[in-house]
Amino acid sequence: MRLEGIENPPLARVIGLPLVALGFATVVCAVLVMFSGASPFQVFGLMIKGAVGTQFAFLETLTRATPLIFTGLAAAVAFRAKLWNIGAEAQLYIGAVMTVVLGTGLLPLPWPLLIPVLMISAMLGGALVLAVPTFLKTRFGVDEVVTTLLFNFIAILFVSMLLEGVLKDPAGMGWPQSEKVVADGLLPKLVKGKRLHFGFVVAIAAAVVIWIIDRRSVLGYEMRSVGHSPKASHFAGIPVNLVLAKTALLSGGLAGLAGWSEVTGLRGNLNLDLSPGYGYSGIVVAMLALLHPLGVIAAAIFVAAVFVGADAMSRTAGVPSYIAHVMVAVSLLAMVAALMLTRYRLRWR
Amino acid sequence: MEAFEILFTASLWAAAIRIASPLIFGTLGELICEKAGVLNLGIEGIMTAGAFSGWLVVYLGGDLWLGVLAAALVGATLGLLHGFMTVPLGLSQHVVGIGITLLATAISYYAYRLAFPEVTSPPKIEPFQPLHVPLLGDIPLIGPALFQQTALTYLAFVMVVIVAWFLYRTPLGLAVRTVGENPSAAEAQGINVVAVRVGAVMAGSALMGIGGSFITLSAFNSFFFEMTNGRGWICIALVVFGAWQPGKALLGAVLFGLFDAYQLRLQQVAGAFVPYQVFLMLPYVLSIIALIVMSRRVAYPRALMVAYRKGER
Amino acid sequence: MGLVQMSPTILSISSISKSFGALKANDGITLTLGRGEILGLLGENGAGKTTLMNILFGHYVADAGEIVVDGVKLPPGEPKAALAAGVGMVHQHFTLAENLTVLDNIVLGTESLWFMRSGLSAARLRLQQLGDDFGLAVDPDAVVSSLSVGERQRVEILKALYRDARVLILDEPTAVLTPQEAAALFETLKKFVAKGLSIIFISHKLGEIMDACQRVAILRGGRLVAEREVKDVTRGELAELMVGRVIPKPKADAQAPGAVVLAMKQLSARRANQTLSEITFDVCGGEVVGVAGVSGNGQSLLADCISGTYRHARGSITMDGVELKSDPRFAVATGMARIPEDRHAEGMVGDMSITENVVAERYRSVEFSRFGLIDWRRAHSFAETVIKTYDVKCSGPEARVRLLSGGNMQKLILGRVLAHEPKLILANQPTRGLDVGAVAYVHAQLLLARRRGAGVLLISEDLDELLALSDRVAVMFRGALSQPLPRADATIQSLGLMMAGQGFLDAA
Repeated sequence: MRLEGIENPPLARVIGLPLVALGFATVVCAVLVMFSGASPFQVFGLMIKGAVGTQFAFLETLTRATPLIFTGLAAAVAFRAKLWNIGAEAQLYIGAVMTVVLGTGLLPLPWPLLIPVLMISAMLGGALVLAVPTFLKTRFGVDEVVTTLLFNFIAILFVSMLLEGVLKDPAGMGWPQSEKVVADGLLPKLVKGKRLHFGFVVAIAAAVVIWIIDRRSVLGYEMRSVGHSPKASHFAGIPVNLVLAKTALLSGGLAGLAGWSEVTGLRGNLNLDLSPGYGYSGIVVAMLALLHPLGVIAAAIFVAAVFVGADAMSRTAGVPSYIAHVMVAVSLLAMVAALMLTRYRLRWR
Repeated sequence: MEAFEILFTASLWAAAIRIASPLIFGTLGELICEKAGVLNLGIEGIMTAGAFSGWLVVYLGGDLWLGVLAAALVGATLGLLHGFMTVPLGLSQHVVGIGITLLATAISYYAYRLAFPEVTSPPKIEPFQPLHVPLLGDIPLIGPALFQQTALTYLAFVMVVIVAWFLYRTPLGLAVRTVGENPSAAEAQGINVVAVRVGAVMAGSALMGIGGSFITLSAFNSFFFEMTNGRGWICIALVVFGAWQPGKALLGAVLFGLFDAYQLRLQQVAGAFVPYQVFLMLPYVLSIIALIVMSRRVAYPRALMVAYRKGER
Repeated sequence: MGLVQMSPTILSISSISKSFGALKANDGITLTLGRGEILGLLGENGAGKTTLMNILFGHYVADAGEIVVDGVKLPPGEPKAALAAGVGMVHQHFTLAENLTVLDNIVLGTESLWFMRSGLSAARLRLQQLGDDFGLAVDPDAVVSSLSVGERQRVEILKALYRDARVLILDEPTAVLTPQEAAALFETLKKFVAKGLSIIFISHKLGEIMDACQRVAILRGGRLVAEREVKDVTRGELAELMVGRVIPKPKADAQAPGAVVLAMKQLSARRANQTLSEITFDVCGGEVVGVAGVSGNGQSLLADCISGTYRHARGSITMDGVELKSDPRFAVATGMARIPEDRHAEGMVGDMSITENVVAERYRSVEFSRFGLIDWRRAHSFAETVIKTYDVKCSGPEARVRLLSGGNMQKLILGRVLAHEPKLILANQPTRGLDVGAVAYVHAQLLLARRRGAGVLLISEDLDELLALSDRVAVMFRGALSQPLPRADATIQSLGLMMAGQGFLDAA
């Protein structure tokens, strides 16, 4: 078996194959659902209804999509430059830590100042977490995949330590959680009485900004060039390590924003349940979006819909909600294969 | 008990070897994959799937060894998927590996919840029991450490010898090493690069599956979520630490086990002064330090993470 | 009356065709090799020689045609079958695993993969026997990365002999050798033939074909255009057959050199197993200085130090009196045009567009960007200018560079670096792998720049090219550079001896 390049893939192939990939993921999940004895049609129906069937459901999906847009952008930005940041989970938590360290009363600022300050400090926190593996990569040649993965475990333990120590809420009845962020630091809700908050708007804005950086800016150009060929970039005079460092700051900062937005928009405080794996799901979001910043918005909403829909379905149909994780993982694998097949043809001889 | 005295307790050394055992399997598995030029980031998920499937088979009434075999088969199957996507299709080894980890973990959890919708405490099985080797097992310190372990631990040590022999003494091992160094060289000598690479990933993944089954069939007696807990990632660091050599990888795994066992005991001594999370962090920090120390010294497989496309120009 | 009729045929290739996309690399090629014959396969780069041999060896699958070795048809696409039939190939780019030993490289694939144990001691004996028989001694336990280029070629040949090859294919085997080493190789080949081997010798160099072969087949544009007995043909005829049109030889008019543009003083550097030791020399405006040498004697390191991509340890490099700072951007800003050795890996980013590639050295200048944003419209029109001026064949400025041919890619690089009237051109292997037309184009551009007053530092492994273009030629050997010889004093023979180390007392 071998691959043969297609010089100008037809549009049908470019659009059709990703759809086939998502269809394939659906079929795989349908088979798994059948093991539970439930009808796949009924289960998928319940999932769709639970994700977008009502105003409440749809707003819930958008709420869940918010952190995924941030972590998806974090992964997309880094992967463009071939910086394999698998540590968005850690960056998210450290961003949240920065938010509660500064936002629970330490800074007596009015909201027009406090919100930007918390935002920037969360970005700095996330950026710092990714700066370390990036430094190790550029200075010592240590593969960043493993270090960013290991940092996820370290960060969670670090947060756990803080929540049982200096950041512990004295009024928390012994639970490992932080104090609430002061009112001036909290984000307003977008719809009165619902959970969707202003963080969603910031996430959309972030995607647009990243898109502009990618298409128009010097940095975007450098990141793409370094991602495609560090060697040719170095020859042309692009400072490869500096570009990787900037990419790391941007990517880590975006993941840090996910932590900030979850704390100030949704939870109000920090505990160890802040992220059910948003960092890892962000990787899937980025790949489904073909690393396109605006595509990240759509992909994040899709992934969020799968999770929200599965949760709702699980409550009524009794099929474990882990089916959503399967769906997302199969989508990822099928999508990377589909992407390759838009540019190559399989030949058996 | 003083921090220093812990070093001379038999239980420390026994625990070190016990902790090292799954890491030995996982590290050997990853090592075979990487020797063939494929980074297998699916390891974390494959170990989880091995832990679950091995345990499930035993829970359903299968023999313990049947459980180990099932874990190996599940590992090999996931390895086949990984190998198919990264070798003939040449897809990003990073993305596919992460994808396999997410997939294997998700399916394991899904199947577990499907089989046991509402259990409060995880169902238990009768795990492997320690085998006391006569005479040798009575040697102070060394006896409990090396000769009072379960059969799976002994298998881990035997596996090191088998893998080393395979890689360095057999024609197939030479083929594996060559496809990881320079696939064109192997191709020019009539070796089917794709088959050797996919085969190596499958074999390596089978070992990872066995490593996972150690956790549920030997170290513990039940399956619960997040029990792999980053062991897979640590194995990847250990491969680098061991400079892609089975013997050194064993040394790394045992050193790691010793350190982990020591920190657990130190926690009891010094836990009052230092938060326990600091101790739990140490294994991960140690792995990162090991990566930094070894990064520039070793000759890694030249074709690691380089896709090979036959006849491409 | 040819040799074909006199001796039985060992290999016959019939009507082989192979296309890559729109390109017909092989078009109905039919060819036979007689037992005990050395057949030259002559053709310029891109004529389809390597494709044909890759099909013969099973690396590629032909679209049509068949191959018969000693009466047995070879199954397509199986190197293993070709090896078993006694076909051995010495690739132009060696296929050796560098971290493994010589012995490992040679026995690989010769034993059943399911044996429990490699028979290494028997293999070692057999290898020594072969080395003695053919005069190709090499240490079986040496790691390949520690071997010289010549030794590696010996290992490649031994790999084939170890498998009892009856047909030996050598793809451009002299590209990495000094002229003297090449002559020794030809003697070895004659020894092989005396022992019953048959050989296909692939080259684009006429002289070698005349020296080494009995018969020659000429490929052009994927077709077999002629077969000749070497004794019945002249160099001129072969050249015409190979190229099919008259290509004017590059001609450098005499002109007085200007002031020094590039000066190196005691330049020393070290990288992996390459070194530069105390290199001192100048390049003046309006002259071409050539640097000859066998691959791997420090030329790449020298080029990287000058182009700013690698930091030298001691000494200085100055351009027009300004000391260069080991920074590619600074070098470009000072007026250096850099043509890299490997245009695919270093010169261009294959997955980006022509527009994105042509601005790679200058995207930060006010010409192309403002306030951190790139002016893509200007970049686009610059790309259009380059495409037009340098006659780059492509679908437009947005085409991905990967899709361009080697010659067009090189034209694009020329356009990128020559657009700003550089004072110095650093050309590292500028014509490697290009077809004759593209080579002539590159040569003409370099000479045009020289006439305009630019200095040219030309690093090449092709002595013909160096002698045709250079005003002075120096030789690199183990990191040291000889005094440049005026062209009038340099011959292939004298340069060849220097490339083998003659005159390098300190370094040798």
